[in-house]
Amino acid sequence: MTMWWIGDAVLFVVVPVVVYLLHGVLNAARSIVPSVEEIATTAAAGSKDLDAAALLLTTREQVIETVAGVADYGGSLDVILDDAR
Amino acid sequence: MTPVLAVEAAGIVTIVAVVLIVAVLVVYLVAVIVQLRKITKGLDVVIARVGEIVEKSAPVNGVVTTINEQLDAGVDLLEGLLVKKAGMTDAVGLVDGLYAGAGAAGFRSFPESKDIKAPRIGEVYTKGTLTLARLGREAPIAVGNPAGPALRDVQRGSLAARLLYPEVRQTRPEALPRSPVIGAGAPVLYPPSEQRGGTTPDDEEVAEKGPWTEVAAEGIVPAELGGSDAPRDLLAEDPQLGSPVLGETTGSEEPATEGGIDPGAGDEADATTDAGPELPEGAEPDLKDAAAARRQADVESAE
Repeated sequence: MTMWWIGDAVLFVVVPVVVYLLHGVLNAARSIVPSVEEIATTAAAGSKDLDAAALLLTTREQVIETVAGVADYGGSLDVILDDAR
Repeated sequence: MTPVLAVEAAGIVTIVAVVLIVAVLVVYLVAVIVQLRKITKGLDVVIARVGEIVEKSAPVNGVVTTINEQLDAGVDLLEGLLVKKAGMTDAVGLVDGLYAGAGAAGFRSFPESKDIKAPRIGEVYTKGTLTLARLGREAPIAVGNPAGPALRDVQRGSLAARLLYPEVRQTRPEALPRSPVIGAGAPVLYPPSEQRGGTTPDDEEVAEKGPWTEVAAEGIVPAELGGSDAPRDLLAEDPQLGSPVLGETTGSEEPATEGGIDPGAGDEADATTDAGPELPEGAEPDLKDAAAARRQADVESAE
């Protein structure tokens, strides 16, 4: 008989503790959601910024052609002009 | 009866407590599950975007490396060519002339160039001028304003080169008066007996200055008295000088130079007031200072 009441008392002590802990877990989970959404937005913007990266292939070809032109021009000057003495 | 009732009451309280705990657990766990699902959904989006970033940036490293290698080769080529053709010292001076202070940084391919004191090379690089002149080109230019036009532009290289020289005839030749033509080829020739210099006095000038000016109108030696423009039969058989070589004035009022003659240029002359060193007062004059001292007449004239 007495044990029943003791058990009931323990339950009434445990319930607030459980409620407190569950509330903390829920708050933590809710705080993660906005952060994840911001990360998703930032990642999308970063991905969009990198759309121009494909143009680097064109830039590379242009640089190669330019340097080749410079080499031709410099080679011609090397033939035309005398070296410093 | 009493113990049974007591047990029933305790059991009811227990049941109520358990039900309450289960209800709280359900509420909170369901809310947590909802939030975790949101997080999972957001992370799926993040993973997709990050995948795009990785995919798009994958070739960047190789492309940028290739570009850098090509640019390095270009820089090495140009630096090497400049040093080879101009010499290390002149090359540093030329670069420093184009971009002040750049010579101190030296050339990347030539670390020893940092230790070279950049010579001061003016607007015209004489060595380059001679080289291009030898090649039949216009005067080459070493240094110009970096913000200005290209000095050796294919389309306008000639004009750009001329712009580096005194601004006289290269850009607005139409505004300049023509140089006076003198001698036998002048468009207007005056007989030497009429004019030997200055202007020929007209009637107004004669009236203003007096009849003595007519003497100048008659010339130094009138033709009838055997002046240089006299008929040949009045001259000696072999006159050493003929009229064409005696010179004539241009007959034009236009000054021979662009700025003309400034008649007030001598108003500020200070030779009589500032000439010579300052001599100590009261000192015994020395013979060696005689030439440096101011003449009293000059001092009084200046005052």
